[in-house]
Amino acid sequence: MLKNPILEIRDLHAKAGEKEILKGINLTVFPGEVHAIMGPNGSGKSTLAQVLAGRDLYNVTGGEVLYEGRDLLALQPEDRAQEGIFLAFQYPVEIPGVSNLYFLKAALNAIRKRKGEPELDAMDFLSRVRQKMSLMEMDEALLNRAVNAGFSGGEKKRNEIFQMAVLEPRLALMDETDSGLDIDALKIVSHGVNALRGPDRAIVVITHYQRLLNYIVPDYVHVLAEGRIVKSGDKSLALELEESGYAGIEEFAETAQ
Amino acid sequence: MATQLTSIETLANQEYKWGFVTDIDADTVPPGLSEDVIRLISGKKNEPPFMLEWRLKAYRQWLKMKEPTWANVHYPPIDYQKIIYYAAPKTKTNQPKSLDEVDPELLRTYEKLGIPLHERELLAGVAVDAVFDSVSVATTFKEKLSELGIIFCSFSEAVQHHPELVQKYLGTVVPHSDNFFAALNAAVFSDGSFCYIPKGVRCPMELSTYFRINAKDTGQFERTLIIADEGSHVSYLEGCTAPMRDTNQLHAAVVELVALDNATVKYSTVQNWYPGDKEGKGGIYNFVTKRGKCLGANSKISWTQVETGSTITWKYPGCLLIGENSVGEFYSVALTNNYQQADTGTKMIHAGKNTRSTIVSKGISAGHGQNTYRGAVKILKGATGARNYSQCDSMLLGDKCGAHTFPYLEVKNTSSSVEHEASTSKIGEDQIFYCRQRGISTEDAVGMIVNGFCKEVFRELPMEFAVEAQKLLGVSLEGSVG
Ligand SMILES: Nc1ncnc2c1ncn2[C@@H]1O[C@H](COP(=O)(O)OP(=O)(O)OP(=O)(O)O)[C@@H](O)[C@H]1O
Ligand SMILES: [Mg+2]
Repeated sequence: MLKNPILEIRDLHAKAGEKEILKGINLTVFPGEVHAIMGPNGSGKSTLAQVLAGRDLYNVTGGEVLYEGRDLLALQPEDRAQEGIFLAFQYPVEIPGVSNLYFLKAALNAIRKRKGEPELDAMDFLSRVRQKMSLMEMDEALLNRAVNAGFSGGEKKRNEIFQMAVLEPRLALMDETDSGLDIDALKIVSHGVNALRGPDRAIVVITHYQRLLNYIVPDYVHVLAEGRIVKSGDKSLALELEESGYAGIEEFAETAQ
Repeated sequence: MATQLTSIETLANQEYKWGFVTDIDADTVPPGLSEDVIRLISGKKNEPPFMLEWRLKAYRQWLKMKEPTWANVHYPPIDYQKIIYYAAPKTKTNQPKSLDEVDPELLRTYEKLGIPLHERELLAGVAVDAVFDSVSVATTFKEKLSELGIIFCSFSEAVQHHPELVQKYLGTVVPHSDNFFAALNAAVFSDGSFCYIPKGVRCPMELSTYFRINAKDTGQFERTLIIADEGSHVSYLEGCTAPMRDTNQLHAAVVELVALDNATVKYSTVQNWYPGDKEGKGGIYNFVTKRGKCLGANSKISWTQVETGSTITWKYPGCLLIGENSVGEFYSVALTNNYQQADTGTKMIHAGKNTRSTIVSKGISAGHGQNTYRGAVKILKGATGARNYSQCDSMLLGDKCGAHTFPYLEVKNTSSSVEHEASTSKIGEDQIFYCRQRGISTEDAVGMIVNGFCKEVFRELPMEFAVEAQKLLGVSLEGSVG
């Protein structure tokens, strides 16, 4: 059976101020797939994730993005989120005064409302949250603390995936979720992500390290360099990169220009 | 949330059903203030001589006083001779006849607040048959309360039926000469609430005046006096909403609280007088004097206020801590958006031994709003072992607004301790985006962050008020970000 792509990025160009960062990205993601994006620092990986999430710091100057066949770029960030796009931030933001639990409930109910589902009552919400907490092996005390406020680097990253587990997005974008995690946490987080894998969902993982991909095994690996995807392959590409770095590939990028 | 709305609704409906109708008085007094006008007001209210004398004393004092200029607020001079100090409810001809004639933006706001339809009509100043004010709402439970010996009635009624109590306590906390606006109030105040809790009685319900609707195009001067006798306990709530008018309206109220030995008074306000429009046109000048006197040992007076309305707020609910071990508290959220200005804070005067006070102030500025915290803590010579803790936090939304903090401190007793903490924060674009990425709209995100910021104050509010206060903040901040 032929499936329709969940995400289609066609020749996407984006600027921050005068600086062009994305210079023609093409990427198609089908439901059920996991794509890994790798690439040197400053190549535009986070920018791509942020543009997909609707950050207005970036101006899209060309190309198009279809999400479930519809024009994604026309949607507000909260609409994208409500439609099932989740971004696990490279640098999760602290929100003092707002408890993690309250925040998550507001988020979940906004998404449910969009789907025409009723708000979860306190009991159902709590039991769902508890279940995901134990999946992520997180301390329940974190629930009553303010969102990310005073969390350690690793706790913040784990909290992102915990939120993702509760919100169950259709398209998850994970921006360097592995950086800052210790080895045990990496396993737990990967386990949480794998639990979310399913035939209707897709995941795009941005990472620098092959290690994560041992746990979250990708269907495709892409290399982003200077605002373009310069190479794509299967999971063995990540291993190659681990061996020889980006050097060879950047040469390729230059010759391609 | 639903329970809160139904309780307001029931209260209002009950009142409506009971049909407490404000006397429709056809007389009006011409604009301006003179001894004759005061005599007329006092006469219409059938007051005993001591009241008239007190009013006249205040008026003569007021004539010698100057409007204060030290507050960080700016407005064109008020012509006190143009204000109508006593007027019958407005004739129905120039009021809107139905909701169709009322500004839709205002109606949307009411809808958001969940105010039931017939109350929306009242709020919008639509002509309805029974115009009621807050005092008559309060009287709903009068019988039940009177079984306990609690007196809760309008100030006018108190003057008629309990003149001895009025005479004993009126002006003992806020004297007729206290300040320009308090003197004006003493001279002309038209009504207000009166409450007396007898010895050892714990008032079984929150006493509240929910709507103080002023259907008149006049100055509004109400006066509240609450006396908690030895060992008694009372929690009083005050909610204010005003019709929308494009001229500025002066509101100069006075509240006096007295707590005797071991008595507790908790006074909560959610102030949502009309703040003026987006350009700063219209709105209420809220120049209010509120003070409590902890006269008895171990007494406690606690002020909680949420100030979101009014174009200008000038208000410093304070405590005179006279009795040994008495406690004063001030919890405040003040929000200014568009062109609103607020200069608010508290005055804690420690006179007795081991008196304690706590001040928690949260100022939120958005739009072109200017928000000033002005607080004074005075520890007098005899106040051995007195303690104060103050915390003043400001939050800025956008870069055209301002937050200012003026804490004054005067310590005359070396055994006392005073602590002050302050902070200023901004809601960051990255915080908003983070919330939006989780499906939460900008408006809800701002509301959530601001409510989080105010948590310590909301916690002090009675449950149903806390819910309302949160909604109010959301509505008041609409359009301030993004
Ligand atoms: N708002 C901005 N204004 C100006 N330049 C920006 C902005 N955001 C990103 N850039 C620049 O765009 C380039 C790409 O940044 P981006 O964060 O997307 O890189 P990245 O691939 O995620 O890198 P890393 O692996 O270090 O996380 C960098 O040179 C960065 O400095
Ligand atoms: Mg990055």
